[in-house]
Amino acid sequence: MLQWPQEVNELILADILAFVEALKSQDRSDWEYVPSYNSVTLISKSKFDFEQEKKLLLDAYSKRDGHQNTTERHCWQLPVCYDSEFALDLPMVSEKSGLSEEEVIRLHTSEDYLVYGIGFLPGFLYLGGLPQSLEIPRRDDPRLEVSPGAVGLAGKQTGIYPQNSPGGWNIIGNCPIPLFNPKLEPPCFVKVGDRIRFHAITKAEHKLRKIESEVGIYNLNKTLIDA
Amino acid sequence: MLKVLNPVFFSTIQDLGRFGYRSMGVPVSGGMDALAVRKANLLLENQPNDAVMEITMTGPTLLFETPTYICLTGAEMAATLNNEPIKNHNVVQVKAGDILSYGKLESGFRSYLAVKGGFLTEEVLGSRSQYFPVTAGKKLLERNEISYFETKRYDALISDPKLENHFNSNFLEVEKGPEFMILGDAQLAELFAQEFTVSEKNNRMAYQIAEKIVGHQHTIITSGTLPGTVQLTPGGKLLILMKDGQTTGGYPRILQLTEASICTLAQKRAGDTVQFKLV
Repeated sequence: MLQWPQEVNELILADILAFVEALKSQDRSDWEYVPSYNSVTLISKSKFDFEQEKKLLLDAYSKRDGHQNTTERHCWQLPVCYDSEFALDLPMVSEKSGLSEEEVIRLHTSEDYLVYGIGFLPGFLYLGGLPQSLEIPRRDDPRLEVSPGAVGLAGKQTGIYPQNSPGGWNIIGNCPIPLFNPKLEPPCFVKVGDRIRFHAITKAEHKLRKIESEVGIYNLNKTLIDA
Repeated sequence: MLKVLNPVFFSTIQDLGRFGYRSMGVPVSGGMDALAVRKANLLLENQPNDAVMEITMTGPTLLFETPTYICLTGAEMAATLNNEPIKNHNVVQVKAGDILSYGKLESGFRSYLAVKGGFLTEEVLGSRSQYFPVTAGKKLLERNEISYFETKRYDALISDPKLENHFNSNFLEVEKGPEFMILGDAQLAELFAQEFTVSEKNNRMAYQIAEKIVGHQHTIITSGTLPGTVQLTPGGKLLILMKDGQTTGGYPRILQLTEASICTLAQKRAGDTVQFKLV
């Protein structure tokens, strides 16, 4: 595990991702990399020589800036239905934040959130950049079951539950597009360093998009980000 | 085909794991006791990564519909083939219609069943290891059918090898984790001087330790975790992540079990004691 200063900072994540790019340009099929906020975990399938590996990593780090960035970064536009059928905690979030429900939705859909990490469950995104006025503490009693696609708020974080799981986040909507599909390669279309922008949809559109994504005809909207 | 007549508690198909998808939050999975998986495959001259059945605590009843050769490793569960006892580490011929069943748990916690050529379940993302929702099923169910190659004649490499179980010790060899330095003298003394008990909360994701040690106030930014990572919660709980464990976490990672010690721990059950030993 390699670690950068202990802070949540877009520049640190960019530096880590440039380093991982430099590493991936070499033949290292035995390795996998888990970048997250201010660290990257390097995992090898086979035994390796530590000193030799250290030298190689330092070399790759020194070359990270000159390296041609081959991975495209995208901003994904994800539809979210904020209807009361899904937004179980929206009234409570509105009350705690002092904002109207419409204002909560407007703020939540006003940012391009940066994907700082993917973990916890397959396809679970750690998103950064939540407007300060939407920072609401976790629920006192977590739900035993949160449905797939549930969009939640917790502290400085917002995110989407990729599958049924227990959860303590405040649920304010539902995204009909699954973030993890083991039948696809890659199974998760989002990468660390990408961005997510939510937009509000009606219940009818939610139903339609859900069917479209189930049969595989939903067209994801994305824009290329200049690195 | 192998037919599951009675699945009993919790059995899954496992190979050595699913590599290359941890950056998308997919745990590595694979046999909890990888040494036992390797042993079983080696004794049958299979490939090291061939899929085996991992059987937890109590064994299922299985009907073989195709001739093959099998080998059992790991926990000892008084296995019988058509009511005749069979021993771990022996390569045993199985004929069509034979029934394998298990009795009382005698040692360890997870037993492995390998067939010649491995089980041929569906490969998802490069692995046959069962992990929901990557694979459709969570565990083996009644009437599940698992295919494998027919083998009518095979001469085992070694007959009746005298192998010691590798999991008898209760020492878990650990290295320092990334946040080892947050530990104070009181916590260090507790960690390395006493025996700990495996709690009821233990599964393929994590093993929780029953005793608490002194807690802490340190927070870390979410960062990578591995099978064998020992996390310390603010309240002083010790959590040891296992093969289906999450790929990132936010609790300080104070220790890291060696590969061999993950196998040892995989053979412990609630009430068993373990002791950490720094290497």
